[in-house]
Amino acid sequence: MEITVKIFRYNPEKDQRGNYVTYKLEADPNDRVLDVLEYIKGKTDGALSFRRSCAHGVCGSDAMRINGRNRLACKVLVRDVGADITIEPLLGMKVVKDLIVDMEPFFDNYKKMKPYLINDSPLPENGRERLQSPEQRARFDEATKCILCAACTTSCPSFWASDQYFGPAAFVAAHRFVFDSRDEGASQRLMVLAETDGTVRCHTAYNCTEACPREIQITKAIGELKMAMMTGKID
Amino acid sequence: MANVHQFEVIVVGAGGAGLMAGLYASKSAKTAVISKLYPTRSHTGAAQGGISAALGNYEEDKPEWHMYDTVKGSDYLGDQDAIEFMCNEAINAVLELEHMGLPFDRTPDGRISQRPFGGHTNVETGKPVRRAAHAADRTGHMILQTLYQQCIKNNVSFFDEYQVVDFIMVDGKASGIVAIELATGEMHTFHAKAIVFATGGHGRIFEVTSNAYAYTGDGAAVLYRRGIPLEDMEFFQFHPTGIYKLGILITEGVRGEGGVLINGKGERFMPKYAPSVKDLASRDVVSRAILTEIKEGRGVDGKNYVYLDIRPETVNKFAKEDGRTNPDGSPYNLTADAVLKKIPDIIDFCRVYLGVDPVTQMMPIQPTAHYTMGGIPTNKFGEVVVDDKGATVPGLYAAGECACVSVHGANRLGTNSLLDIVVFGKHAGLKAAEYAKSAEWTNLPQDADSAARSEFEALRNGSGKENAFDLSNEMKSAMFRDVGIYRSEKEMQSAVEKVRELQARYKEVRVSDTGKIFNTELLNAWELGNMLAVAEVVAVSALNRKESRGGHSREDYPERDDANWLKHTLVTKKDGKIEINYKPVVITKHQPKARIY
Repeated sequence: MEITVKIFRYNPEKDQRGNYVTYKLEADPNDRVLDVLEYIKGKTDGALSFRRSCAHGVCGSDAMRINGRNRLACKVLVRDVGADITIEPLLGMKVVKDLIVDMEPFFDNYKKMKPYLINDSPLPENGRERLQSPEQRARFDEATKCILCAACTTSCPSFWASDQYFGPAAFVAAHRFVFDSRDEGASQRLMVLAETDGTVRCHTAYNCTEACPREIQITKAIGELKMAMMTGKID
Repeated sequence: MANVHQFEVIVVGAGGAGLMAGLYASKSAKTAVISKLYPTRSHTGAAQGGISAALGNYEEDKPEWHMYDTVKGSDYLGDQDAIEFMCNEAINAVLELEHMGLPFDRTPDGRISQRPFGGHTNVETGKPVRRAAHAADRTGHMILQTLYQQCIKNNVSFFDEYQVVDFIMVDGKASGIVAIELATGEMHTFHAKAIVFATGGHGRIFEVTSNAYAYTGDGAAVLYRRGIPLEDMEFFQFHPTGIYKLGILITEGVRGEGGVLINGKGERFMPKYAPSVKDLASRDVVSRAILTEIKEGRGVDGKNYVYLDIRPETVNKFAKEDGRTNPDGSPYNLTADAVLKKIPDIIDFCRVYLGVDPVTQMMPIQPTAHYTMGGIPTNKFGEVVVDDKGATVPGLYAAGECACVSVHGANRLGTNSLLDIVVFGKHAGLKAAEYAKSAEWTNLPQDADSAARSEFEALRNGSGKENAFDLSNEMKSAMFRDVGIYRSEKEMQSAVEKVRELQARYKEVRVSDTGKIFNTELLNAWELGNMLAVAEVVAVSALNRKESRGGHSREDYPERDDANWLKHTLVTKKDGKIEINYKPVVITKHQPKARIY
């Protein structure tokens, strides 16, 4: 089928501001949007720049706005979006070049959540694993799926209003550890979440949940964090 | 020469092996990890099914059995000292990951859950054993996340999105590396006492592959250009179950949970090829079986694919026939709900890319280029070894898929790659730091980055007669067709010639993007140069080895030939010419014998 692809372009070494360039090409309905980008870059316009690696939705490199929605280019097919495709960089982040945005503030917010197991208790004496029931393990399973692609955070109106806002992806990281039965750092993280750039700015727009390519119930997870902060109880 | 940094240890690559090396080296030495991707984008994150260790959480298991299975899986080409070391370290390695916070799935009594995997057996009964510790079908993702989190906790220094482009050696010792900062296009020189390469594999030289775009063999190519040999490059693993046409991996864990392979006539065919473990034979065996079915006309609709079937009714029918039981002895029974819980990502991939629901439909699959068994030769401490006598390059280390220890020999067992990166990443990091503590600084040459600069200048100033994208596609299709699962003299010869033709045409490439900031076109073109260098070594090594062993299967030499070929290949570039040497296999406990599953 013939498709028309309109892509946001910005080269800081040449352009004062971004513009859109339109390409017409043949594509298979089963092609990934990433395949289309690769083809344009390979055959028509080598300077077109975007990040990508795994090409099947697990590394989180190629989140971008496709027809107005945050998607992974490798996880959406031409047949899903039709013959007219508009591709733009994620909103709310500084565009570095074309579809590449500055991810540093995003990772900085992630790191503020102390995203690692905190447990200073001695290990089991026999040197074996800490025990955890399948139910305890299931409690935080959702959040472990996160690939840090930033599709959620950059879909959030509160983040568009202020990029100081920690954002949904950071909250998912906090949830991952707060609800892990082996972790002892919940109170430290809940303190961070209570800061002015924390969960108070979440207005349950649900954009994050809709944007997540891993189908994580993010708004629900944020709600559980808010509840834990209110009640001081984690369950 | 601007932008010079100094660290005692530099780790190149931030997948599982690089992060482990970084974590351990940074405990005692000033360390930095550089990576062309953000660490969490690394290909370790795509590993699915599990990491093996004889924890024995469901049933009896021991490291000796794990060792035997790995030696047998390697078709006796693996070095047994290294394999024994890895299998003994496995239990503590997996427990350490748990202690770091890795969210393994759990047994009913709260221990780490384990599942069966291809080639892993109870050596006494010959039956599959539950050895693969897992977190759903995203075990690699969990390892990558957990190790990166530990690096944050321990303040490991990172240079994210820096592409390594050269290795500097002074007086035969490691002295530094050169890297390009993607965001600025600036070249940086990292002066170091010890350098650990953990740059991953090169599956992107093949057309159908499970590998990430990043898998272009950079580390291997950089060292090869500097005269370091590459070992056993003819051994490349084709995973039996990739999504038809796309090559996306479908974990062996699907068969571990009872899934079976079905041909175009609706028959389960693996019992013909591996009567004992059937669908859980090792990967080379299963990939050849699929190809044989296709060649003999039993592909689906006469095409080059077959089905993988995890529908509960199919699984339970064959589990009953096979007499498969649960750990408590009750008959095995898989439910649709259990399928959803055990392989959620596989179900997602099939729905997104194929419109197929594995709970109610069969998955169309074909073998996919998956894993680099060969690579930079090392010993079990990660030290790079350049000849058959154990000579090392002081300060140079390698670990993970880019390295060849060799624990995988001619064919890797599933789950042993995640184990490899964790065990050897750690030990390479420890050794590098230990060496750095006692070593003197080398005198870094003033023009350390000049060779890299001229490589990139050439890509900006070529005639422009050739297009890198087209050359890349020609290489991939030639390699997949002619150096694939079944090989023979004529095809491999033609692949060698094709790759050399492409190398010549590559000199005519000119990159159109003249900028510095994120010049991904320039970097992709440079990566193509790496792939062409590595593809040539793969094809030449394959053509040279006149026997069939593990993943190297020749139609013109169908038998394993221990008398002549029980040895490792070492390929070195000397004065522009390829030189082939050999080194002996380390055999300790298990003498080679026929390999039957």
